[in-house]
Amino acid sequence: MNPRLPQLDREQQVLHRIERARQRAARIREDRITLAHGSGGKASRTLVEAVFLAAFGNPLLEPLEDGAECTVDGARLAFTTDSYVVSPLFFPGGDIGDLAVNGTVNDLAVTGARPLHLSASFILEEGFEVEALTRIAASMRAAADAAGVQIVTGDTKVVQRGKADGCYITTAGVGLLDRPVRLGVVHARPGDAILVSGPIGEHGVTIMLARGELDIHAELASDTAPVHGLVAHLLDRTTGVRAMRDATRGGVATILNEIATAAGVGVVVDEDAIPVRTEVRGACELLGIDPLYVACEGRIVVVVDGAEADTALAALREHPLGEAAAIVGRVTDDQPGMVLLNTGFGGTRVVDLLVGDPLPRIC
Amino acid sequence: MRFVDEYRDADKARALAARIAALCEPGRQYRFMEVCGGHTHTIYKHGLEDYLPETVTLVHGPGCPVCVIPMGRVDDAVHIARQSEVILTSFGDMMRVPGGEGSFFDAKANGADIRMVYSPLDALKLARQHPDRHVVFMAIGFETTAPSTAMTVLRAAAEGITNFSVFCNHVTIIPAIKAILDSPDLRLDGFLGPGHVSTVIGARPYEFIAAEYGKPLVVAGFEPLDLLQSIYLLLKQLSEGRAEVENQYRRVVPWDGNPVALRAVAEVMELRPYFEWRGLGFISHSALRVRDTYAAFDAERRFTVPGVRVADPKSCQCGEVLKGVLKPWECKVFGTACTPETPIGTCMVSPEGACAAYYNFGRFTRSRVKEATAR
Repeated sequence: MNPRLPQLDREQQVLHRIERARQRAARIREDRITLAHGSGGKASRTLVEAVFLAAFGNPLLEPLEDGAECTVDGARLAFTTDSYVVSPLFFPGGDIGDLAVNGTVNDLAVTGARPLHLSASFILEEGFEVEALTRIAASMRAAADAAGVQIVTGDTKVVQRGKADGCYITTAGVGLLDRPVRLGVVHARPGDAILVSGPIGEHGVTIMLARGELDIHAELASDTAPVHGLVAHLLDRTTGVRAMRDATRGGVATILNEIATAAGVGVVVDEDAIPVRTEVRGACELLGIDPLYVACEGRIVVVVDGAEADTALAALREHPLGEAAAIVGRVTDDQPGMVLLNTGFGGTRVVDLLVGDPLPRIC
Repeated sequence: MRFVDEYRDADKARALAARIAALCEPGRQYRFMEVCGGHTHTIYKHGLEDYLPETVTLVHGPGCPVCVIPMGRVDDAVHIARQSEVILTSFGDMMRVPGGEGSFFDAKANGADIRMVYSPLDALKLARQHPDRHVVFMAIGFETTAPSTAMTVLRAAAEGITNFSVFCNHVTIIPAIKAILDSPDLRLDGFLGPGHVSTVIGARPYEFIAAEYGKPLVVAGFEPLDLLQSIYLLLKQLSEGRAEVENQYRRVVPWDGNPVALRAVAEVMELRPYFEWRGLGFISHSALRVRDTYAAFDAERRFTVPGVRVADPKSCQCGEVLKGVLKPWECKVFGTACTPETPIGTCMVSPEGACAAYYNFGRFTRSRVKEATAR
């Protein structure tokens, strides 16, 4: 008889208790907003559920996808919005302007929509340089042209010096869902494969280094890019796509957890299969950060029918933005709600949502 | 990536695992404590326990600097941060540690100017940039970080900077290990010695553990193969009936430590008569304070702090976890009232804390994980 068995049973009971506690409705414990509420991790989710979902709750919002699907006279529209507070405003590979356009274009694209029109609202701090604003507007125009969208409406507010940090931008976008597909992480099912479209974490690490607070130097640029072309190419080539997400704040790990939670499935990923550039890995090793949680701005996570995985991979690799795409994991029926990682070292561990923020104001 | 991948080679790990299994006597249980929180993190991050026989248990020790800070010290620091002229600087790990009146994050949301830094030198830089403010560095950590605090104070003194001080919470590892060894409910077969601390103090100070308590100790590095090799060395000592101090981390740790670092610490700091450790209580001569000669750089002297001792919450069993008497999941509030989002005890706060590491990474028994991840 194994003397450890009774102990394992007790451990199992504790683990079950934890899973039950994890599934309880969200409740905010803090009296005030902390930076953790903006992290994209557990605290953000709690805030969204306990405050916004509680107040606005409706069937279009409740799936908490990157964009909502609204039907108007038979036409299926995708609608989304996002705010940008990145610091610094200009960084290698981009600036707050193209980030604000690409981010919203991508939120539309991953719903399967063709992006059409964007709005742009600016909160400017008294004293902000007009020259900088002109540069930002020019890069927004260039990004919009590249994505085939127009910025058709907007707003400007100015606040006193010290009440904002230079320039914040909010964009919203509408797109047309003209393909006969309904995508959403809730559709993931056991046997599906999980792909990423390229090396992860480049935007987050670039921003971190661009702040100049760490004496680390690397040849890195943000991966900010519009993914609508990549998505269209993928959807042209395969019918097996169940869901897509762009892995921004909270990184790939957060998306994987959203898949596991929304669909009530298990997710298993292989660390060795996840593409990470050496510069990103090196910076993350030095700083004690896991690249799985670091933001990308031009990478998508795709859930696809397992039988279509190779077709989807080939399709992604045919597109310039997906050259380094990889199959990184699979959906299982074990451990529903959990993400497990086979480590490169040959062990396994749980990949949970982050609690705090390794890095505020990344986008 | 060089200097990383060679220490994470799965083939070498499998070979070591076979040799470890061969050394285990059938029916015998082995309990080893990894003293350092960095080791705990490595064990979970890489899933190292998957390579160990079920009869080898790793017990997570008190070497997480954030986890041993008592609540009263957090309150004292928040009190300092509330002074209008003060910028309190802290390592990121410290931000969510709960005091009796909330964490640094809560204090920050309530208006205190608290900023994260990666090094005490960054705090000194802030002091230079803000001559009208007073910058306090929340100094925490074992002998690993004490030298950088000491060097920063020496530099501030040399530059004649007057708006900088440190709130010194540095602790020393040997008295904590001794407290664990003297604990009556302890059953340990050996120690994985803290690699980073040992780069400063060397391996010699551990000799009493082998000589007086008859327990083997292997100073271990922080990559997963370092730890597997160190576990192998511990088992080898036990199988040969030896109890010695061995140094697996020779590529970094000299037997006699780093004399320059030790001199800097001795110049700026001295032992306190006693200091409170979260969960372990008061341990004599277990922490450092700023010497009289550098009183101008001592936040405890510059600001009156309440210095109130806040009792650990009754339900919290961090003490037993830190001593290795309880596994994290055996604590009454683990995973329900006490989670990484709402930590009651400090073991749940830092990613190096035994409870947080177990909650985040290790929440599955080995057999369940193997089943779920089989390809």
